[in-house]
Amino acid sequence: MARREISEINAGSMADIAFLLLIFFLVTTTMDTDGGLIRRLPPPIDKDVPPPLPINQRNIFEILINQNDQLLVEGEYIQVTELRAKAKEFIKSNPNYPSVADESNASYPNMPEFRIEEVPVLGNVLVSKQIISLQNDMGTSYEMYIKVQNELVAAYNEVRNEFAMNKFGKSYTELVQQSESSESISEKMEAVKKIFPQRISEAEPKKIGGPE
Amino acid sequence: MSKFRKKGKKSQPAINTASLPDIVFMLLFFFMVTTKMRETSLKVINVTPRATEIEKLEKKSLVSYIYIGKPIKALQGAFGTAPRIQLNDAFKTKEDIFQFVEMERNKRVEVERNLVTWSLKVDQKTKMGIVTEVKQELRKANALKINYSTKKTDKIVN
Repeated sequence: MARREISEINAGSMADIAFLLLIFFLVTTTMDTDGGLIRRLPPPIDKDVPPPLPINQRNIFEILINQNDQLLVEGEYIQVTELRAKAKEFIKSNPNYPSVADESNASYPNMPEFRIEEVPVLGNVLVSKQIISLQNDMGTSYEMYIKVQNELVAAYNEVRNEFAMNKFGKSYTELVQQSESSESISEKMEAVKKIFPQRISEAEPKKIGGPE
Repeated sequence: MSKFRKKGKKSQPAINTASLPDIVFMLLFFFMVTTKMRETSLKVINVTPRATEIEKLEKKSLVSYIYIGKPIKALQGAFGTAPRIQLNDAFKTKEDIFQFVEMERNKRVEVERNLVTWSLKVDQKTKMGIVTEVKQELRKANALKINYSTKKTDKIVN
């Protein structure tokens, strides 16, 4: 039998096939990276555990949003754009912070008190007892709610940035970015985080009217 | 004298396209690797609000999604326009969330079960009532790490 030479496979159409697949993946691909505001919900209420002691009113920054998306902050009607500055003021608790010696923050009676806490790198420092309480109505729009949440996170970030800039010559954002590369930076980041902890409490939803 | 005189007409050589498939394949593999197909088809209108201070979710495999919003136009005839909860591929009520949490947890390996982030993809026009209910259900199921999914923007317009 005569040996026939195996003819070469024609690869001319390979490019076409590859193109076809390429276009398919180009069309179906979604490069969305999901992100958002990360929150921790409080654990479910345990009936056996006694309710915590009431918190001193001056330590709470009260925000109410009504069904018409209007804001009531510390008993004052304000716009969302003003919220960040007010929240920042409250988080810092004293405009002279950190050069404050007085634990009860006597010169600013409407601002939160301080307590001494041990923090990495910086040792014992005064940490504000601030808590932000956020309460919304059933009819509040989600868009407004996120706006308020966003402003609060922004306020915390700005306060942290300013503080870190003063203390370490680097903003908090930079510290976070570089925290994985060095132990000391990571410690500094933790310190800033501990001095200005994000305490946003969302009150238990209240049902007004209607059956329980 | 004229050294660069045209030497009459000469046909241009054809461009060699032998490496074209290689280039295309390279692109193809890139897209094949980076692509992430949508596992669920959306049954609710879902335009998430914008925010400036967003954090990225690190591990996609550790995120479970809960969609809330009005049913899409095609389904409004059957389901009305009141906002609904979509879990996986179907409309569910808030009572189903507990079970959903359990199911999603069981999909993961033991060590990762408590690290799951529950991403709430809520349409911006939704009222907070239903969102609060969902949050309460998540609390009951001990699913505490949540994420309000938002889009990145540089400035919030009032």
